[in-house]
Amino acid sequence: MSSRRAITLTVNGKSYERLVEARMMLADFLRGELDLTGTHLGCEHGVCGACTVLLNGEAVRSCLLLAVQADGAELLTVEGLARGNELHPLQKAFHERHALQCGFCTPGFLMTAFAFLKETPTPTEAQVREAISGNICRCTGYLPIVQAILQAASESGESSGKSVSTPPARR
Amino acid sequence: MKPAAFEYFVPQEVQETLELLEQYGDEAKILAGGQSLMPLMNLRLARPKVIIDINRLQDLSSISPGAHGGLTIGALTRQRAVERSAAVRERNPLLFATMPLIAHFQVRNRGTIGGSLVHADPAAELPAVTLVLGAEFVLKSTRGERAVQAEDFFVDYMTTAIEPIELLHEIRLPGWRQGRGWAIEEISRRKGDFAMVGVATVLELDGHGSCKDARIALFGVGETPVRMERAEGMLRGKGVGGRTFEEIQKVVSDDLDPVSDVHASAEYRKEVGGVLTRRALEKALLRAREGRK
Repeated sequence: MSSRRAITLTVNGKSYERLVEARMMLADFLRGELDLTGTHLGCEHGVCGACTVLLNGEAVRSCLLLAVQADGAELLTVEGLARGNELHPLQKAFHERHALQCGFCTPGFLMTAFAFLKETPTPTEAQVREAISGNICRCTGYLPIVQAILQAASESGESSGKSVSTPPARR
Repeated sequence: MKPAAFEYFVPQEVQETLELLEQYGDEAKILAGGQSLMPLMNLRLARPKVIIDINRLQDLSSISPGAHGGLTIGALTRQRAVERSAAVRERNPLLFATMPLIAHFQVRNRGTIGGSLVHADPAAELPAVTLVLGAEFVLKSTRGERAVQAEDFFVDYMTTAIEPIELLHEIRLPGWRQGRGWAIEEISRRKGDFAMVGVATVLELDGHGSCKDARIALFGVGETPVRMERAEGMLRGKGVGGRTFEEIQKVVSDDLDPVSDVHASAEYRKEVGGVLTRRALEKALLRAREGRK
């Protein structure tokens, strides 16, 4: 019954090879096996959005994917946003706008916003609100979160077409 | 680990999948997008012995124009792909408008059209929409292939006509007819959550502006999506408008027999079901008249 499988995947530009049990969730794999604990687990059934990561460029719930399903995939987690000590424009905007209190939901919001701005680089406020509707913040800091995402979008628009969602350099 | 242990298969071909289904039957669960199955497994409300992960079946993931303006959509097509499809936008405005209402974009990136239909949550949009569109579901097994009409597909609470050895292969939607208006309305607490009450409708006018066909299906109000046959009968063959719609609002409220739960009371669902139906019909009528011009 032990269905352990070898998987190879790339996370934040780095390649990993591991042997995992089929029933291990991707979020648990990232946290427990790769020690990438920036991806948070809230509800663990797809409602809260805290575990949002990018799978081959698309935002997904990592609590609803098996690690074995990510075999061969490219992942981006919140650890992959900053370049060294330089925060990603979204992180910088969250910091400046005070878009977090306890910070538990923040990785999910950042990854959601990252994927959203990649597709919609100059969003309206209504679009931002809809984009984050699948992420829950229990400190109820939604207003600063919306403002931070709008700020990140407008700043990246000003800096000569440099997209806010430029993938980080490979490490 | 959250889910109970299971044996895991990743078939590369449809035939291989069907053989696995034949072998394991109701011990096996098909894993498509996993947006409903995985929560159930994480909570151990479902403990399948065997998981058949169909995500490598590329053949099941396509949207192709069918005959007479119809559409054929592979069961594994991601909801996000349907949402972004130019063919769906051109050929089926109701389905196109429905997609953004389903959950949140992170969920639609994984969730599949077939998964939502087979899961058959009575509060989900797609079952009701396929019902008013007259969709056909193509089911395959090692013993052959059969097509089931949407009206025969949703048989009970989260239960469809699909047999344990069968795989939903594709969904066929008939062509959009000229003079047809449509609408989908729903109320949910948070954008993207399951609807407390919702309604999908198509309304078809003839050349003289009277109603040729009307279909109304509500969701979130029963064990399955519910067709409102008495209300539909009040529309067919008649000139339609404000007065009729007000009567229909009452009839729909009367005919609904929902349950109370943590999300809404039965009384609320009856009342709002009627109101949403009237609003949907008003919008559908406007669109049908636009289409006739």
